[in-house]
Amino acid sequence: MASGVKPRVKVPKTASAGETIEIKTLISHTMESGQRKDSDGNVIPRSIINRFTAEFNGQNVIDVTLEPAISTNPYFQFEAIVPETGEFLFKWYDDDGSVYEETKAVTVS
Amino acid sequence: MRRKDRMRNQVALGLAISALAFGASAEPDDDRLVVNGEIEMVTETAAPEHMEGVKTIYSGWRFRSDETQAFQIDDFDNPSMIWVETAQEVWETPEGAADKSCSSCHEGVESMAGIKAVYPKWSDAAGKVVTLEQQVNNCREERMEAEAWKYDGGDMTNMIALLASVSRGMPVNVAIDGPAQSTWEQGKDIYYTRFGQLEMSCANCHEDNYGNMIRADHLSQGQINGFPTYRLKNTKLNAVHARFKGCVRDTRAETFKPGSPEFVALELYVASRGNGLSVEGPSVRN
Repeated sequence: MASGVKPRVKVPKTASAGETIEIKTLISHTMESGQRKDSDGNVIPRSIINRFTAEFNGQNVIDVTLEPAISTNPYFQFEAIVPETGEFLFKWYDDDGSVYEETKAVTVS
Repeated sequence: MRRKDRMRNQVALGLAISALAFGASAEPDDDRLVVNGEIEMVTETAAPEHMEGVKTIYSGWRFRSDETQAFQIDDFDNPSMIWVETAQEVWETPEGAADKSCSSCHEGVESMAGIKAVYPKWSDAAGKVVTLEQQVNNCREERMEAEAWKYDGGDMTNMIALLASVSRGMPVNVAIDGPAQSTWEQGKDIYYTRFGQLEMSCANCHEDNYGNMIRADHLSQGQINGFPTYRLKNTKLNAVHARFKGCVRDTRAETFKPGSPEFVALELYVASRGNGLSVEGPSVRN
């Protein structure tokens, strides 16, 4: 199915308690919409990331539903408040059932 | 507004006046480019001695909007980096009958720092000026015994982007004297020759009219220190010869081919017009 899928995340390593930090995420993915046809006229099956979530120490931060109109290599940038030292867990759900995960630790000083 | 520091011919002056009349000036701005908070780029410097019509050279980055500029300030935001990562894997992957990868000879790609800054350059072995692309294909065919890549294809452009990325911040410094001189002069000839039904030379836009609008876009000096370039208009990395081809095509001319001796000469000449600017590739432009 989808090949060359690679998640990337940028999170500050340190923060002060209660600080709002900026998080950038990107996953390389073809995001085949299912609307296109190949040169023989056959529909190219849909293959997209359909859901993206981020949680911090088990608490949900963001939960996104992705639709076929979202373009290749979906990029999300959002803000989160970090109350304590902990770990972000990011998950991308692929149409083919794969789940790609990435974790980032943040130390609160 | 920055004062124009070059001579214009009468036609160009007319264009400038009309541009002013519509308030559509597009001079380089005063922003500073620091990538990842650590690589300080020279985006403005004194023109090399050989340039007669221009006193100050500017990177194309300075002609772009703040939003486009921001893409290049952080590697995470720079869409080119996906392909740089792809090329990094290719760098370490053995290929061809000799079962060698780039790293078999060159080790880490960091060892290639500074290479992009001095190409195109004279090669004694080839007996001519060669581009980095030709050098890569030479390695592939001679040492890896693999198939050559298409000159301006994706694989090649990714690899050039990787090689450029490790030279970022270093000054462009191509040699134009010695054995390279005749090629450089051929490139200069092409730069000032009017091509196509529109009868336009590179200089008509990028020397006489940089800082003005060409329809809805800002004309830059046509510097190539930022190549390969991710362009918002086609959302992919663009090779320098492919860009040349686009420009020549826009004059409604039959273009030279990517990798042709004419474009190699032109690349050497255009690169030399940016001697002193930082290697920025892979950059982000409109």
